[in-house]
Amino acid sequence: MKVYVPRDAAARGLGSDAVAQAVQREAEKRGLPLELVRNGTRGMVWLEPLVEIETQSGRTAFGPMTPEDVPALFEDITRHPKALGPVEEMPWFARQTRLTFARVGLIDPLSLQDYEAHGGLAGLRRALAMSGQAIVDEVKLSGLRGRGGAGFPTGIKWDTVRLAPAPQKYIVCNADEGDSGTFADRMLMEGDPFTLIEGMAIAGLAVGATRGYVYTRSEYPDAVAQMTEAIRIARAAGVLGPSLLGQGPAFDMEVRTGAGAYVCGEETSLLNSLEGKRGVVRAKPPLPAIEGLFGRPTVVNNVISLASVPWIMANGAQAYKDFGLGRSRGTIPLQIAGNVKQGGLFEAAFGLTLGEIVNDIGGGTRSGRPVKAVQVGGPLGAYFPVGKFDTPFGYEEFDGQGGLIGHAGVVIFDDSVDMLQQARFAMEFCAVESCGKCTPCRIGAVRGVETVDRIAQGDPTAMPLLVDLCETMRDGSLCALGGFTPYPVMSALTHFPDDFATAREAAE
Amino acid sequence: MLDTADFAARLREIIDAHLGLEGPLLPILHAVQHEWGHIPEPAIPQIAAALNLGRAEVHGVVSFYHDFRREPAGKLVLKLCAAEACQAQGGRDLARDVLKGLGLTDFGTTPDGKVTVERTFCLGLCACGPSAMVGDRPVAAAKAEDICREALA
Repeated sequence: MKVYVPRDAAARGLGSDAVAQAVQREAEKRGLPLELVRNGTRGMVWLEPLVEIETQSGRTAFGPMTPEDVPALFEDITRHPKALGPVEEMPWFARQTRLTFARVGLIDPLSLQDYEAHGGLAGLRRALAMSGQAIVDEVKLSGLRGRGGAGFPTGIKWDTVRLAPAPQKYIVCNADEGDSGTFADRMLMEGDPFTLIEGMAIAGLAVGATRGYVYTRSEYPDAVAQMTEAIRIARAAGVLGPSLLGQGPAFDMEVRTGAGAYVCGEETSLLNSLEGKRGVVRAKPPLPAIEGLFGRPTVVNNVISLASVPWIMANGAQAYKDFGLGRSRGTIPLQIAGNVKQGGLFEAAFGLTLGEIVNDIGGGTRSGRPVKAVQVGGPLGAYFPVGKFDTPFGYEEFDGQGGLIGHAGVVIFDDSVDMLQQARFAMEFCAVESCGKCTPCRIGAVRGVETVDRIAQGDPTAMPLLVDLCETMRDGSLCALGGFTPYPVMSALTHFPDDFATAREAAE
Repeated sequence: MLDTADFAARLREIIDAHLGLEGPLLPILHAVQHEWGHIPEPAIPQIAAALNLGRAEVHGVVSFYHDFRREPAGKLVLKLCAAEACQAQGGRDLARDVLKGLGLTDFGTTPDGKVTVERTFCLGLCACGPSAMVGDRPVAAAKAEDICREALA
């Protein structure tokens, strides 16, 4: 009997370890041979712990499981009260286009054999037979853009590093996924770490780098452990090391753990942190592609950008480019979070509207109350009102509506949310996490909290001051932390003026 | 608390184990905190000397990052997510109720030194909040009474 019980941190948070133990106990009790796989999550988080059993007709899902539900898995499973049917035929799953996340939840994350059996390493093998320039051209042609949020064309970044002469170059994976509402990087590192390793190795081949770092968060201990172990396995198998797959140049990598600073998700601050310094932002130029880690040419890419590359190399740039909308090509792992009935990770081609994501896929709020606001793109992203639900999910499309897609986190709030408090929190968060280098962010955020408090107390002069302050922060900050904090603040103010007016009326 | 000679020797081992790395300071600080639960003040000059850095530079790094403690924490560290996705799922109420349940008026350590409660911004469990970390264990859809019961056990 082959049983899959996810070890993803979200599944663990919902009790999957206890379910896995119960499965083991029950199998022992009945004297049945058991193969228990701790897989990643399929992304249907509201059904976690989601257990799968391999049957003659494929994998059948059960969830959300408790230890008490386990004994019935060993009886007639067609009559199990938590039976969900064949997992890949579940509508929420079947509707997706899973390219980057194809193996997450499917395979044993630390089995290199399982990885290869499901298409792993095909991209790297193809890349090994190509020149650096040909790999870069392929990535350029795919239309892949930075999935961390900035949306910069990945191939152009790689070309800059490729053409920069240096005795040492680096591939740095930005896995410092600090945006609230996002967990795609974590899910991928826990559920299919070899994909990231393969993507980084291909990047190394393309630009002539021999060393890679995955910089991730101390808040993700499971991802750190899983990634570290996967690198060890890949090295032992000769995938990484003095010669990639025993036929290419050298490439090796390691995991580094941050220390609770949100700003280290900004690429230059991340590089300083990797060098062992305070995570203070650097002025650009020079670009990291020219002078990055230890002053060397460095590719800094988000986990999902790098993890999308193996699929592109294995299936061809055109196949990837055929998905998407406008200048947003390929797929995007939407992370549907907050107060939502069916939350989780949904990979789809760009172009779904925000309303489809929230209502059709997410199923509306978990509380059952009406949706009031949706924050897209993390703590630096705008709050969207229901009136903007027809906005298609794409870089330019969200920009045109005064927002950003960021790392594709979608956080849903019901009508109990007070948008003045959310604007205050945006400023407070910026004040706590500011690296302190530039004044608009360091001082502006503190003044921002005070100014929102004055609005709450009914001070009529505070409103224009807040607008003015947001303008200064937007135009004068060195990086996106101070520069984008005005997005949530101004969108709250613009789209939900009633929440800012009631306080004033109450004071009058 | 710390025997001076033993401390210096153990610290030396930790530093030496990391000297081969590029940019070894953060890995060293993580290892020091793992060993002693915080970054003891006497560690700073020794690390500075080993890496050929100024004491002020090392101090600057320790104080920059939220994770590094300069005082020991309680026996159990409880992290409560205070970011937006958890706010949307009752995170503010969770924090209030946990603090109240542990007899605290704000984030910090209980007087008996048993529990330290901290706020954190995002544990990546955003579709099943509000979330928390109890020690190293993630807790999703967290309930204040369960967390308090475990913390006080």
